[in-house]
Order: sequence, then C-alpha cells, then structure tokens
Amino acid sequence: MLHGDTILRLWFKKNGSGGDPAFGSARIYTMITVTEHKPPTRYPVGRPPTKGIHVPSKDETLSDLTIWLLAVRDQRDKVAFGKLFDFLAPRLKGFVMRNGTAAAQAEDVVQDVMLTVWRKASMFDPHKAQASAWIYQIARNRHIDVARKENRPVPDELGEDPGQEPDASQILAVEQEASKLKQALQQLQPDQRAMIEKAYLGDLSHQEISTQTGLPLGTVKSRIRLGLGRLRTELRGLR
Amino acid sequence: MSAITHHIPDAMIAAYASGNLPHQFAMVVASHISLCAECRAALGAHQAAGGAVLESTSSVALSANLKTNLMSLLDEPTVPEPVYDAKGIYPGPIMQALKGKPLRWKKLGMGVRQSLLSESESGSTRLLYIPAGQAVPDHTHNGLELTLVLQGSFSDETGRFGVGDVEIGDQDLEHTPVADAGDACICLAATDAPLQFKAFLPRLLQPLFRI
Repeated sequence: MLHGDTILRLWFKKNGSGGDPAFGSARIYTMITVTEHKPPTRYPVGRPPTKGIHVPSKDETLSDLTIWLLAVRDQRDKVAFGKLFDFLAPRLKGFVMRNGTAAAQAEDVVQDVMLTVWRKASMFDPHKAQASAWIYQIARNRHIDVARKENRPVPDELGEDPGQEPDASQILAVEQEASKLKQALQQLQPDQRAMIEKAYLGDLSHQEISTQTGLPLGTVKSRIRLGLGRLRTELRGLR
Repeated sequence: MSAITHHIPDAMIAAYASGNLPHQFAMVVASHISLCAECRAALGAHQAAGGAVLESTSSVALSANLKTNLMSLLDEPTVPEPVYDAKGIYPGPIMQALKGKPLRWKKLGMGVRQSLLSESESGSTRLLYIPAGQAVPDHTHNGLELTLVLQGSFSDETGRFGVGDVEIGDQDLEHTPVADAGDACICLAATDAPLQFKAFLPRLLQPLFRI
C-alpha cells in the first residue's frame, strides 16, 4: 500500500561523453524529481474488485482502460471493447507509423493487436500490470512478430496461486503508479518527452538508450519496488 | 533466486520492452527474467512507462471501416498457439526456440558440447555444456556476447557466475571462463558476431563448429 509522498525520478544524460556504449562507464545525469504530497489513499473496505464477478465502478478510481479491459475479460463485453478500440486504435496507428510503416499496413497491425487484446484478455491481471502497459507489450510483440516474421521470446509467466483472493489494494496501487507516471510525463520538457517517446515508441537501441537518455523512466524506483514487493509475495505463495 | 548477482543492465531491459533488442539478446533477457524477480519487476516498470507513453501519444485517424471489420472478426474461431513452458533447467524462451524438438548436442572436444538454437546474419544463440573444471579457450569478442548460466557455475577474471547470472562481454573483455567444480556448467550464450579465440587450434576449428 502506498503512503504519503512518492517520488518519481527521471534521469537524463547530460553532455554525451563520447558515446561509449560500454556498461558501467561513468555517466553524468541531471535529475528531475517530481514529489507529490498526498494523504494515504483509501479504497472502499469490504468490496474489493473480485475477479470474474464484480467490475469495479469508476468511483473506486480504476482507470477507464482497466474497467473496459476487465469487462472484456470477464463479460466478453463488445461495447467495452469498442470503447477500448476508440481510445487505443488511433494511438496504436500513430505508434506503428512512427517506425516508417505505411498507413494501410499500420492498420493491419492495429487490427492484429486489437484482436490479440480481445483473444488474450483472460491473461490480463490488474494485480500485475496496468491495462495500458499490458496492451503496450502486446502491441510491441505483435508488431515484431508481423514485421520481422519472428517470434519474440517472452519470459515464463509466474504460476498463479489458485487460492489467492483478489487484492484491491494491490490493484489500486498499480493503477496509482500508472497515473503518477502519466503526470510525470506531462511535466517533462518537450525535448525530454520526445526522448522518452523515442525510447518507448521508436527504435532506439539499448546502446542509444544507455548513452542518450541515461535511463528513460527506468529508475521509476517506486514502480520497481511495487512490482518487486508483489513478486516476492507471489513467490512466497507458491512455495 | 536471491542468489542472482549479475543482472541485465536497465537500458537493455528498456530496449527489450520496446522491442528494440536483437532477437538473440531478447532470448537471453527473456530467459533471465524468467529466473529473476528483480529484472521482472524492472521490466514491469518499463512496460508501465511504455503504456503511459502510448496513452499520451498523438492519434492518427483510422479508415472508416476498420472498426466494423474488426468487430466482425471477434467471434471467428481461433486455433490456439502452442505454448512452450519451462522444462527442467531450461526457461520457456529456450523451449519456445526449440518448438518442442529435442536438444541436439554437438561435441566440440575436451568434453565441451554446444547446441545451436538460432542463427542469422544478426547473431546467434546456443547452449554450451562445459564439464566441471574445464576452461573455455581464452577469447575476445567482436561484438557483444551475453551468457546466462542455467546449471552449475563458472568463474573468470571478472567474477563468479551462478545459475541465473548473466555475463556481458564486449570487445574490451578478454576472458577465460572456467566451469567450477560440481555440476557441469550449462549456459545460454548469445552473440552478434563470432567469438575470436586467442589460441591457435581453436581458431582453426572455429569455422567448423561455428562457435
């Protein structure tokens, strides 16, 4: 559960030092710190979002995307899927076209991604990822599978503990991190924001990410801590 | 799991998340993440960042019929894709690369064996089997080499690497990894260029064995 202040840090490399891609070389960073002062968030007690039965309403502070995706997952709700499409498809098209794909082919990829979202919705777990993060990874994977005609290697899923109850605080913590990330993005300078977009939507290599951007959002430490805490709990449950 | 001390650099996890890591390195990263909670959490953070960027990126207008076409496809029957899960010491990404086929080991001499998993112009992945106490000949790298330990351990000039650890070698690293005592060391190794051996004989053998 999150309490009080959360600090997001974005690191950028200043004054490129000769473009040495070697890891662990000395780097100079500027740091942007976004500090938020908020009281501990409360969520309704006794009515947690329940897998498969209850789709949480908006006043429980889930994002629209998550609500729609859960409705698709649990009710196979085509109206909700239509809303997901209306919001995401035009952005996905822009995303795909950034990398030089023509408009018509980009729409093929968008259709493929959205179909995959529909078909694999049962694998979406709001404890693990925000809706946009889950769809982002599907988009990246499908784009690579289609464009390069190769299957992208994906990590093993962690096994689910079948007896585990849905954990509302965990779901809301994941959601809150997502909205904080979006706020942090909005507060960036245009050139920094362009660099972040290039890293996540474009085609920067890991050397370029390392030398040009430092770590784009990678040191969003609170998000990593959150994920790690959840994984440790989950792994304990499996033993 | 807590024993893992050599991780994937963050920039490489970011490039993996954004789909910009060459296939052979993506296989090592995905395999390491299968074993490492810390890097799995880091991947989650990069995916969250990617999702946030996707949500706030600008829209491009769609063709009028795209949505109708898509909605008409939702009820089409689908053939489920085969799923390859981790098996024994081999994480899922390796099983995905084998596509259900058994491993084929080739002898390289001195008890060392290898099994080529993928090879293309951009690079290759292979499994290496090194008996305990055996050295892999002294070599440098033309490009980048990622080595993930799956069984046993090895040590070289830079340290000791156990199960789940990743060693990153580039042109600056000249090393002689030696498998430690105990179980034979089995590694997943990915390169974007052939290795260069310093000793004369292994260099002669290099084209034969494609190592």
